[in-house]
Amino acid sequence: MTFYRALDLSLALLVVGIAAWTVLSRDLFGAVVGYVAYGLLLAIVWVRLLAPDVALTEAAIGGGATGVLIIAAGSRLRSMQTSEPGDTANGIQKALAAALSALVAIALAAVMLLLPEPAPTLAPQAAGGLEAAGLGNPVTATLMVYRGFDTMLEKAVLVLAVVGVWSIGPDRFWGGAPAPLGRTRPKRALVFLAQMIAPLGVLIGLHIFWVSADEPGGAFQGGAILAAMWIIVMIARLADPPRVGSRALRLALVSGPAVFVIVALLGPFLGGSFLSYPPGFVKPVILFVEAFMLLSIAAAIPLLIAGPPLRSPRP
Amino acid sequence: MSVSSIAGIAGAMLVGLGLYGFIVSPQLLRKVLAFSVLGSGVFLLFGVVARRGAGAGFHADPVPQALVITGIVVAFAASAIAVALILRLYAETGGVTLDPDAWSKDRGQSQE
Repeated sequence: MTFYRALDLSLALLVVGIAAWTVLSRDLFGAVVGYVAYGLLLAIVWVRLLAPDVALTEAAIGGGATGVLIIAAGSRLRSMQTSEPGDTANGIQKALAAALSALVAIALAAVMLLLPEPAPTLAPQAAGGLEAAGLGNPVTATLMVYRGFDTMLEKAVLVLAVVGVWSIGPDRFWGGAPAPLGRTRPKRALVFLAQMIAPLGVLIGLHIFWVSADEPGGAFQGGAILAAMWIIVMIARLADPPRVGSRALRLALVSGPAVFVIVALLGPFLGGSFLSYPPGFVKPVILFVEAFMLLSIAAAIPLLIAGPPLRSPRP
Repeated sequence: MSVSSIAGIAGAMLVGLGLYGFIVSPQLLRKVLAFSVLGSGVFLLFGVVARRGAGAGFHADPVPQALVITGIVVAFAASAIAVALILRLYAETGGVTLDPDAWSKDRGQSQE
């Protein structure tokens, strides 16, 4: 017990310390590297909170994908090495900001220590969905059955975000491809790594999706790993980002929310209600919907990182 | 001290750190990073609530966990839009800072 307490305390110190480094470090590159390490350590905290599904998501998307996003942006700005613009906030402003932040942190910490006993929980309601669906993983059951509506809307948000990123590009490039992610002549070791790791990563991503009915994992986590493989392939310049006008790409993007909405709308005709699954086929239908969500997520994350189109649609 | 209390205090400190960086940092990419730290601190508070709500044979309440998984993905999507806006700002003005002096300097130069 003391071992775990020491582990928890040192983990918490490490996470807060690296977060402080990320926020206060003077150089952007150091801050980004700190942020990726922070995401991975935070994933371990999530394991300690007995939430492995969240841990996988935090490691893959919170740390990994966000880190790649900022590194790619930094290298496009070519400002990773150059000096940062000087702090404009003067001493008094900084002190005020620090006081406000400390106040918020102390208030939140007090709330967290004074939470009511016994803790309120929705676990029994979520468990109902679990049995009806024949799923072993309560988080998957919550995402797909008990709170299926949230998950459906969240898929739509992801598509809207991609549309938002695309629309930020200049008009004349609409329908063209985003700028390449890697340098013109990638290092051969990187190309070799991408060739070796991409097939393995695709297998791991599909596995994490497939076992999610009963084990930690899911369409989000598996999709994030598939997305990471596509990003590595793009950084190694084995494939450049596709044209945003491509019909196949757009179909892959909207397939997740579209299939989810169609299944939800079929609910009333199969004797249930909106978003109810046909009795007896709950698990296969959920896996069918999740498979398209996987495709959608695996397409959306790399497109969000690749950014708006910056190449003419006609070569 | 239980793991819930430790993680709860850590989450509160992460929110504070992220808020401070978000206010103080003049560089926009740094603001996005600080905001991500703030967000992950809030998610950690959800994790504590989930852990405390263990019941019905589960180690942790699955509902806050599902919310956090959705939240992490949406936070990433929002960061991606923010980064795209920053890159467009850089392409248009050559600057990525909210420093008002730098802005007036840039404008002065372009007008000359």
